[in-house]
Amino acid sequence: MEIPYSIKEREDTGLINSKLGIWIFLASEIMLFGGLFSAYIFLRIAAPPGDFDYWASKLSVPMATVNTMVLISSSVSMVMAWASLKLNDFSKYKIYLGITILCSFIFMVIKYFEYTGKFHHDIFPSSSTFMAIYFTLTGLHGLHILGGVFVMLYFYLPVSHKLWHDQPEHFTNRIEVLGLYWHFVDLVWIFLFPVLYLL
Amino acid sequence: MSANSHNNHNEEGFIRKYIFSVDHKIIGLQYGITSLLFLLFGFSLMAIMRWQLAYPGTEIPIVGFLFGESGILASEQYNSLGAMHGTIMIFLGIVPLAVGAFGNYLVPLQIGAIDMAFPKLNAASYWTYAVGGVIMISSFFMPEGAARSGWTSYPPLSIFENGQTIWLISMIFLITSSLLGSMNIIVTIVQLRAPGLTWMRMPLFTWAQFVTSFLLVLAFPPLEAAAVLQLMDRVAGTSFFLPSGLVMSGEIVDVAGSGSPLLWQHLFWFLAHPEVYVLILPALGIVGEILANNTRKPIWGFKSIIYSMVFLGFCSFIVWAHHMFLTGMGQAMSAFFQTTTMIISIPSVVILTSYFLSLWGGSIRFNTPMLFALAFLPMFGIGGLTGLPLGLAASDIYLHDTYYVIGHFHYVVAPGTIFALFAGIYYWFPKITGRKMNETLGKLHFWPSLIFMNGIFMPMFIQGLAGVSRRLADGGVSYAHASGVLEWNEFMSIAAFCLGLAQIPFIINLAMSIFAGEKVNRNPWNSTTIEWAAPSPPLGHGNFDKPVNVYHSAYEYSVPDSKNDFTPQFKE
Repeated sequence: MEIPYSIKEREDTGLINSKLGIWIFLASEIMLFGGLFSAYIFLRIAAPPGDFDYWASKLSVPMATVNTMVLISSSVSMVMAWASLKLNDFSKYKIYLGITILCSFIFMVIKYFEYTGKFHHDIFPSSSTFMAIYFTLTGLHGLHILGGVFVMLYFYLPVSHKLWHDQPEHFTNRIEVLGLYWHFVDLVWIFLFPVLYLL
Repeated sequence: MSANSHNNHNEEGFIRKYIFSVDHKIIGLQYGITSLLFLLFGFSLMAIMRWQLAYPGTEIPIVGFLFGESGILASEQYNSLGAMHGTIMIFLGIVPLAVGAFGNYLVPLQIGAIDMAFPKLNAASYWTYAVGGVIMISSFFMPEGAARSGWTSYPPLSIFENGQTIWLISMIFLITSSLLGSMNIIVTIVQLRAPGLTWMRMPLFTWAQFVTSFLLVLAFPPLEAAAVLQLMDRVAGTSFFLPSGLVMSGEIVDVAGSGSPLLWQHLFWFLAHPEVYVLILPALGIVGEILANNTRKPIWGFKSIIYSMVFLGFCSFIVWAHHMFLTGMGQAMSAFFQTTTMIISIPSVVILTSYFLSLWGGSIRFNTPMLFALAFLPMFGIGGLTGLPLGLAASDIYLHDTYYVIGHFHYVVAPGTIFALFAGIYYWFPKITGRKMNETLGKLHFWPSLIFMNGIFMPMFIQGLAGVSRRLADGGVSYAHASGVLEWNEFMSIAAFCLGLAQIPFIINLAMSIFAGEKVNRNPWNSTTIEWAAPSPPLGHGNFDKPVNVYHSAYEYSVPDSKNDFTPQFKE
């Protein structure tokens, strides 16, 4: 049984199923992070003056800046991976997706050192409201990165050759949808970076 | 699809076919059976509470041994039952039945699709729900029992209970499940409509599911965020919802503080008000289908109803703080939210009025689905109208957290939504099994249910207006102002037990009709919508035995000069 419009667009909507699906999923993700960002604003307004600034000064801006660069690079290589598939160049796709995966690993390693650095100085989520929302937001964002990495690894493993050769168009669509998710996760970081580290 | 390929598919094993199926019909049935069992379970929790309210401090019959040596319900246990009754009824009973079961089974059929857009995601959605349900039930076995801060889980109290951790983890599963399910429904409706099925030809039920799914997709994530924050409060020692200087049992609690309990209420009600419309919209859709079919005339104001549903969906996001008038949020905010609340009542009235007008001049068939659908109208009307005083800040100050509120939302959900769901089960049962349910047993189910439902909930208005608070473990025995209206408690409890007995004909009917019901053709109600073009039961993979094309709008009944009194959307 083949579900219609999984590969070819439906004429009147101009969409394939998975693309519409991922956009609706991303809408719900916006509401999820939107809820948390609203919580941040609410808590910041209610906090004693200077409290958030004091705790924010304990975060490492250089580490976060490097991480921002790393994620932006990964977004670029993700687009290149998809574009390579569109150009029918599977080996280039593997290189670009490899770079994306590498970037996300670098991001997580830096994040790991950031977290352990905090724990080393006895700073925990329970230390203050700022630290609580910092760990919750970055932790949840980290989980999204982790989920993305798992999917990317699946499309990087040898099984991807078979998927590509059987249904090249379907495979390209899947990478596009994965890319949309990945850009969203990067975008969340682009909001997190100024809100947590710079403001 | 030829008959042969269909037969080949049937050779897959039992587990693949009935347990880990990706067929939307099987998943719909899985949802249906699970959620009906949860409804029964949630009802039994309520029956125990009602015993306590009618006869405080006496031993509970039959199941008393579950509550310790004495068999008497302790206050903490009463609170647990209350919280779990609400949670189970809403998140594990009605939403999965209305959206998971009805949505899954009927939406693809009503739009002439072979399945949902993402069959595997659909199965994942059911199994996430099942796991969430198991986790929720397991919380009864926690050392201090299940969560006991009500289904609203207001901090700071909720943060100091062990059962709450399990409640929150379970909620994260349930939210994820409905997210997956509703995404799927939206994509299915947008992408898989049969040729010729334009938006304005789509039946009301599918429209209702469409709007409902948007509410689920957009309103649930903030609660997920809130659940994550509260989980952090529980397990990581943060204090998102704990203010500084919180005193418990005479001592200052050792937390970082400077959090805000109000933040939870905002995040919670941002979900939970749209949730009310998640509960009622599918019911309105089902009732619309059954009214058109059994009055044998088109629905009056079809387009107005659709616009009203969409408007309800939008508006439901900007009324949430009318649950919070007593938090001292200031006059400007109260004024804003009571205005939006009054505005949102308009589309509901438009829909209900259109349904009443649809009855005018129809030749009504009083079969069981129609009786339930007809009873839905005044019951939902009572529920809706009694909500108006609660939406106005001034009168809400008096009525807030009294039994009046309980009466109000139960009228919307119990004799409202649940009656509509019963109507839907009786109406679409022939499509699922190829057999009709028994009419006599159906009427034996309907009339007592109607009487006893009102027997339970009508006196709640009396008690509430007299000022009896909700969530009192002894029903208000220790409060002087309640003494005048407490004699109603026994009456209501007896009505509740009788309501339980009234469901026995339904259970017998459901079980018996699968094997011994009257065999019927594929369109026994002479209906116009597309699901009746499929064989009963619809084919295993692909649903329809010939391609579906749509030629007419949804409810062309009694068209002048036509041969029959119904003109189906499809060609037979």
